[in-house]
Amino acid sequence: MTLREQLREKISAAFYRHGLLCASYPVPIILFTSASILTCCYPLLRLPLPGTGPVEFTTGVRDYSVPSHEPQGDLGERPDWYRGPPVAYIQQVLVKAAVSPWDSSLVTVDVFRSPLSRAFSLLEEIRNHVHSDSSGIRSLETLCLQVTGLFPGLRRMQSVLPEHGCLLVSPGNYWQNQRELFDSDPDLLKTIQKHEPKGLHTSATLRDLLFGVPGKYTGVSHYNRKRVVTYTITLVLSSYDARFLGSLRARLKQLHPSANCSLRDDHMVHVHFKEEIGIAELIPLVTTYIILFAYIYFSTRKIDMVKSKWGLALAAVVTVLSSLLMSVGLCTLFGLTPTLNGGEIFPYLVVVIGLENVLVLTKSVVSTPVDLEVKLRIAQGLSNESWSIMKNMATELCIILIGYFTLVPAIQEFCLFAVVGLVSDFFLQMFFFTTVLSIDIRRMELADLNRRLPAEAGLPPPKPGPLRPREVPPPPRPSPHTITLQTPAFRNLRLPKRLRVVYFLARTRLAQRIIMVGTVIWIGILVYTDPAGIRTYLAAQVSEQSPLGDPGGGGLPPHLGVAPVFRGGDPTSTLSIHPAPDPTPLPENQSQGHHGSARITWGAEDEEGWRRLSFRHWPSLFSYYNITLAKRYISILPVIPVTVHVSPQEAIETRHPQDTRHPPPPIPKVSADLQTDLTLYKVAALGLAAGVLLVLLLFCLYRVLCPRNYGQNGVAHGRRRRGDLPCDDYGYSPPVSEISPLLLRGHSMDIECLASDGMLLASCCLAGQIRVWDAQTERHNIDFVGGATEPECLGSEARGPSVSGDGLSEEEDSYPLRHRTAPARPTLFTDQPDLTPLIDTNFTSQPPSHLSTPPREGFDFGGLVERAYIEHEPPSNSTYPSPSSASSSPPSGAQLQRRPSLGDAAAFLTQERASTAGTQATADWESSVWAMELRGNLIAAGRSSGKLELWDAVEGSLRCSNEDGVSGITALAFLNNRIVAARLNGSLDFFTVEINKPLCLLQYRGAPGRGSMPPSPCYSSEDVISCQLTRSVQCAHQKPITVLRAAAGRVVTGSQDHTVRIYRLEDSCCLFTLQGHSGGITAIYIDQTMVLASGGQDGAICLWDVLTGSRVSHVYGHRGDVTSLVCTTSCVISSGLDDLICIWDRSTGIKLYSIQQEVGCGASLGVISESLLVTGGQGCVSFWDLNFGDLLQTVYLGQSSDGQGVRQLLVLDNAAIVCDFGSELSLVYVPSVLEKLD
Amino acid sequence: MSHCAPVSLRTCLTVYLTTNLGIRGAMLFSVGVFLALVLNLLQVQRNVTLFPPDVISSIFSSAWWVPPCCGTASAIIGLLYPCIDSRLGEPHKFKREWSSVMRCVAVFVGINHASAKVDFANNVQLSLTLAALSIGLWWTFDRSRSGFGLGVSIALLATLATQLLVYNGVFHYQGLQYTSPDFLYIRSWLPCIFFAGVITMGNIGRQLALYEYKFIQEKTHQD
Repeated sequence: MTLREQLREKISAAFYRHGLLCASYPVPIILFTSASILTCCYPLLRLPLPGTGPVEFTTGVRDYSVPSHEPQGDLGERPDWYRGPPVAYIQQVLVKAAVSPWDSSLVTVDVFRSPLSRAFSLLEEIRNHVHSDSSGIRSLETLCLQVTGLFPGLRRMQSVLPEHGCLLVSPGNYWQNQRELFDSDPDLLKTIQKHEPKGLHTSATLRDLLFGVPGKYTGVSHYNRKRVVTYTITLVLSSYDARFLGSLRARLKQLHPSANCSLRDDHMVHVHFKEEIGIAELIPLVTTYIILFAYIYFSTRKIDMVKSKWGLALAAVVTVLSSLLMSVGLCTLFGLTPTLNGGEIFPYLVVVIGLENVLVLTKSVVSTPVDLEVKLRIAQGLSNESWSIMKNMATELCIILIGYFTLVPAIQEFCLFAVVGLVSDFFLQMFFFTTVLSIDIRRMELADLNRRLPAEAGLPPPKPGPLRPREVPPPPRPSPHTITLQTPAFRNLRLPKRLRVVYFLARTRLAQRIIMVGTVIWIGILVYTDPAGIRTYLAAQVSEQSPLGDPGGGGLPPHLGVAPVFRGGDPTSTLSIHPAPDPTPLPENQSQGHHGSARITWGAEDEEGWRRLSFRHWPSLFSYYNITLAKRYISILPVIPVTVHVSPQEAIETRHPQDTRHPPPPIPKVSADLQTDLTLYKVAALGLAAGVLLVLLLFCLYRVLCPRNYGQNGVAHGRRRRGDLPCDDYGYSPPVSEISPLLLRGHSMDIECLASDGMLLASCCLAGQIRVWDAQTERHNIDFVGGATEPECLGSEARGPSVSGDGLSEEEDSYPLRHRTAPARPTLFTDQPDLTPLIDTNFTSQPPSHLSTPPREGFDFGGLVERAYIEHEPPSNSTYPSPSSASSSPPSGAQLQRRPSLGDAAAFLTQERASTAGTQATADWESSVWAMELRGNLIAAGRSSGKLELWDAVEGSLRCSNEDGVSGITALAFLNNRIVAARLNGSLDFFTVEINKPLCLLQYRGAPGRGSMPPSPCYSSEDVISCQLTRSVQCAHQKPITVLRAAAGRVVTGSQDHTVRIYRLEDSCCLFTLQGHSGGITAIYIDQTMVLASGGQDGAICLWDVLTGSRVSHVYGHRGDVTSLVCTTSCVISSGLDDLICIWDRSTGIKLYSIQQEVGCGASLGVISESLLVTGGQGCVSFWDLNFGDLLQTVYLGQSSDGQGVRQLLVLDNAAIVCDFGSELSLVYVPSVLEKLD
Repeated sequence: MSHCAPVSLRTCLTVYLTTNLGIRGAMLFSVGVFLALVLNLLQVQRNVTLFPPDVISSIFSSAWWVPPCCGTASAIIGLLYPCIDSRLGEPHKFKREWSSVMRCVAVFVGINHASAKVDFANNVQLSLTLAALSIGLWWTFDRSRSGFGLGVSIALLATLATQLLVYNGVFHYQGLQYTSPDFLYIRSWLPCIFFAGVITMGNIGRQLALYEYKFIQEKTHQD
């Protein structure tokens, strides 16, 4: 044992124990895991919340000094971005100006024209201010931030923003800081307005930038009831000079004293800006997230066969996310501060960590045997995948470690996070997810149990000995057949994926909800980010209300000076026309106007008026000059308040001739309010109209595009479409069940072999009985009736009963009787009653009797017919059998013997037994039948003793036997007149069947309509048939031959010695030995087109060219033996022990898709048509649409379904399916298939 | 609806095959264009510190024919891969699931992201890192020799073509003139990005090809 294997074993053992632990104590483990997640995430609390909002830090002005670059340890709450000089210092001069006292002769324009004009003189003052002291002369020019040009692409701003020199903005910029332009401007508002962007805008507008206060606080409008105009002159300084600023402040205060101003000026605020996400960054970010979600979607979609898919998917996502959080938390705990942009690298981290392990775990656990205890299932599933999980993990760690050695800081950090994340993800998978999985599986089992209970309750007790079967099962009606119509609730239907998605959406109203949630979130974000958000809005509301109660026109509560108030003050006179010359500022005389109609007040909110601006105000101002504030900070100095009172005369003098022509706002108060509201209404109405229009449009489209009868039931054309498939899973109309299985009973033991040539169906059970049934049903179900009358069906029709009954138990009882009754006809049916001793004690005790018994039983071909029959005479089975048998058997009395054991054994026994006597001589009672083939009316049976027997299928007589071989016959092929027998010892025997008389059409089966059948040899009962061993290949294979198939003149054998051999049928010549499998061959498919497919225990499937012996393709599809293989013209279908059905492209060998079946389902496969696949399951057969891999329908064969798997499945020519079902045969007829066949 | 008559079934299949090829090509094309635009944007960010309000236009800042070229190239590559697979007779069976494809795309975008956002000490380091990442991408999601060969050859060809274009002045990268260090920077990441892109598109193409057969069957079935 290599080290690797030892390691592997140890790991798997450890995982096994761990799985047991997790499944045993789910709750404590989940609690423990949650606790550890929380603990690890705790350090995250200290991290700043994500967001792009600016962060502030306030320091005093007096002891301010530019912070150093080096981080200083113990500076308390000083944030770590507060290092080095700021990008700029902002000094705002806040000007409040009003015409005072208000004169009724003034027009609305006067409210702001003259106050604005004062800005020019103030600007002049500021620009020319010079401070000189011992250290030299300083002017604004030396201190201010010099800009060198606007950002290219901002040409339209050229005229208003300073392009070079000092960055100094004020409303004067609208007029290029030239008083003359201002004076000659006929419409100030229009000038201001024309620079405003159209439409919705969230960032700072030019108006905000120049005025320095939010638009609605400026008071520059026609509806300014307060008649106070507010604006700022913003100086941007590159360096801080306390003395210069001090002198400037003093000078301005001296010129324009603000009497009641108590603004504090001892704090400066440093504002740090985060990196802002622009659209250009957002698009890649959104893309990565979309990819991430697609990845998660496609991954979790693979979770299957669990109780709650969504629950597990959620658990998987939670596992990954919390492992990431833990990773960040742990890294923070150990002192590593994340510098990467979390939102950006997050998707990549998720992708690197991945959901694969979780899925692998789920798959492995659900594929463990269902009958195990949950604990064991979990443990086994874990240990199965332990090696691959560990290997993957090691590989990923290695890759990441390599990444760590790239020595690029960012990548190193990423790798560090990824490593810690991987480890914590592993931890969470092992503890959290495994436990959740165990809970889920337990729930599923409980649910299964609940679901099964009612079904089981109605079951008859198993094998109640001699009890009459008819009395026991409570079928819907007392018919001898058990026709199990499944209730809709039991049917598992699967819909096409598209439809399922649509139904899902429809059911959950997912789209609507997502849109709703999205809208709410969006609104929330708007409220959160908008500076004029809900808080300020509320504040404004409050401030609006109080003045409203105040009837006085002008008086305002002093503390609300800034809030815009719409009040009843009327814009009065508009008449005086006095173009005014340039008024000289007379700062000194303004202080008197305190009790005018407009009073200028200073409140606390003016102290930091910039807060009311958008937080993008400063970044956008700087961005115009290509200076980024991202990850940097600016320092905002305390504002300098300036109060300006303008006398009415001056205001009139400043007027522009056109000002007076401006119409007064028509309706004073109400209209003003209305106007603002009106826009709202307009928008709302427009939106509503657009919505209605859209709905109408869609409706029209719908009417145009959709067929009239859409949604009405009944498909006009006969063929069903996929979309019409039933879908009761989703509460949509389930269709009437069309498929009902027909049980053919008669065997006493499990059925071993099935053979059919299209006309007859032969089955053989462990007990050695061979029964022959009439497999052919030319018509659909209903027509069975007709079939019954046909002569060919002979006795069978009448007898139908034989089928229906489950005479098994009775037969045994009746054996003795039969003996006596047997009329010793040679016609005995094929059925050989050799019971191997092990099987049935009864039989063994009476060896001779068996001989007699077989014929009849086997003989009931009427299986199908019977049903019809039953319908005719449902009630009294007991009475009819005897008479019917007699009457029905016209053609050949011999055959009649079919024993009607079912209903009333007693009555029939007599007839049946009769036949047996003749045949026994040759029959071999000591061995069981291992292989059986049916051609024409000959049944070839290979026994475990090595004996080959030929029986007449119609008469039930043994025609000949050959005992040349000693080794058990494992497989038979019967083609034309040759029989090939493969033996346990690996030898291959070729027999020739010779008939003394020429072939003739079989009378019994000779119905003219059968033309479609391959010309199989028919032998009349008079012929003497002999079976000669023509050639024996002694060492065809080294090991037992497991499969034997013959077609197109070739015989293909597959053996446990890993090889496939091709023989020519005519001369028994070995053409090729095909090597390529690394395990025993378990399945072979060959058809007339010479396509050969083989599957082995290694899970591999090989396609071969029979003509050249070359391997066409070699694919691995299963995690265990390939159990069955079939081909259609376009694809190869394989099923394996792993319960997977894989569909491969026949020409390219590419796997098209695979279907995960329920655990423990049978391995049998059959293809009904190009697109219809049948698989056998636990007590049911399922129909699949090959084109889409969708389950069409599952037909349950009986109520006692569980435990009995369908191991053999035969598709008959008429699209009926025969499969074994314990000791019964089940015939499932699929009418809809015919439509597909045409 | 008439069935494809037995005789003409082959013809029917051929028709469907070509239309399906067209659909696949179109899907690949659009994926290529989309990725080109997005990744271009990533690269733009590196060169411009801040965005003017009219940032949308910067998406299309490079020559108009670049995204279509990328789209066409990705369509060709995506169709080429499954074709080569079937020619060589070694069907690609490694991790053929959509989730794996998504993972691959995510990693590809991540590589681009790293090349655009991460500051490397020098271009050699950048090249080496990206090369390692690309090879890792191949190893994780492809592991086929044909994929590697095709990837390398296409990457080399594409790099060569780009260089030629640039030297001849047809194409100014991002509308900016190359300064020489910038140029080196670009040259150092181009081949790796091309390689990773080829692998990614090949992956998508192969996955799409898986559906081809089903698609055909569906069509014939509906008829």
